Amino acid sequence: MQRTVEIGLRVNGEKAIRRIEARMNLVDFLREELGLTGSHVGCEHGVCGACTVRVDGRIVRGCLMLAAQAEGADVWTIEGLSDTGEIRDLQEAFVARNALQCGYCTPGMLLTLAELRERNPAASRQEVREFISGNYCRCTGYEAIVDAFEMARASEGGPS
Amino acid sequence: MKPAPFAYVRPECLDDAIGVLEEHGEEAKVLAGGQSLMATLNMRLSAPAVLVDIGSVPGLAGIEEVGGGLRIGAMTRHAEVEASDLVRSQAPLIASAMPHIAHPAVRNRGTFGGSIALADPAAELPACALALGARMTIAGNGGTRTVDADAFFRGLYETALGPGEVLTAMDVPGIGAGWTSGFMELARRHGDYAIIGLAAHVEADGGKFGRGRLVFFGAGERPVSAVRSAALLEGERWSDALGDRIADSLREELDPPEDLNADAAMRRHLAGVLARRVLAPLAG
Repeated sequence: MQRTVEIGLRVNGEKAIRRIEARMNLVDFLREELGLTGSHVGCEHGVCGACTVRVDGRIVRGCLMLAAQAEGADVWTIEGLSDTGEIRDLQEAFVARNALQCGYCTPGMLLTLAELRERNPAASRQEVREFISGNYCRCTGYEAIVDAFEMARASEGGPS
Repeated sequence: MKPAPFAYVRPECLDDAIGVLEEHGEEAKVLAGGQSLMATLNMRLSAPAVLVDIGSVPGLAGIEEVGGGLRIGAMTRHAEVEASDLVRSQAPLIASAMPHIAHPAVRNRGTFGGSIALADPAAELPACALALGARMTIAGNGGTRTVDADAFFRGLYETALGPGEVLTAMDVPGIGAGWTSGFMELARRHGDYAIIGLAAHVEADGGKFGRGRLVFFGAGERPVSAVRSAALLEGERWSDALGDRIADSLREELDPPEDLNADAAMRRHLAGVLARRVLAPLAG
């Protein structure tokens, strides 16, 4: 049995094939093998949410998933979602509402909020807070982040 | 931190998974959703030589009605259980526990069976399993066997699973007429493991309680069924005086651990608080 493994997956719509150490987690793979450093590494034990990425349509902790487990998966990171424009309104609202200071948590926040608005577009402020409770921000106190979510929703003419 | 090196295999069928697990014995660990295991690997609290990823083994995920009850496959993701109408109607206790398990991103990936097999004493699902009288199906070299929740959870992270065995599903009996359930936990932050929690499954017909189970988690080395305290419910209607009697009884009956979050006396007190909050609305 080998301690390395070959994996093939799609990242931000592009195919990637690499031989990696079996112990490499997904976020390290994205950052170190593919140079996608937008997903951040924080606590490395699933608490902070800085490494949040989208795998097969759902957000996951990049530090709690082996890259080997992403074999055949469709992975999207902040780079890809920025390029497609899917979350442009959220990003603009983050800027407008000062929803970031140091920005370390921001990619994870955006991925998480993108999933929330798909699952529960009419989320109340309390529900937004609940949904992002697994993403730590040590700068903003979260208030501005919830504001930004509501601002993006209002700008698209949805329920506010 | 990063995990210590290990070998990784992803068998395509259950027999192969069991074969690899048998071959490596205690050196091997099953990787399901990985939401607890990966954290312990990253912190090097655990350093198995071989990880056996059962993510590609067919037939382990899904929720179905079987024999008047519900079968939840071990690889069913928490998010799927949380969203399931079947679970809401047939096992409302489990449905009400799901939102308390960690955070959405973790529930997207974490598995039902993983939580049961890990048997963290502060986790929600083992307590629900015990309260509901669930039965585990375990596959091994000699075929499959079933183990009741009472016998499955043996101690601190210790279950009836032996080396070379895989938990494949959990069966929940159909909810009986007049039975109802309630779930609550106390944690400092949403998504944290509970300081203490209660999974209650009781008969409550016409405003009177009957038989039932009060299972506490975060209250010992495994989920703890407070049998003597639950017996106080039988034939009673809810009243503040009954709440006091149950709280007093729980203080006697439970022997919870101490840690930085709460000492044993505080946990005993909180058990009574939870019992009141959970049981009062159930008597209708």
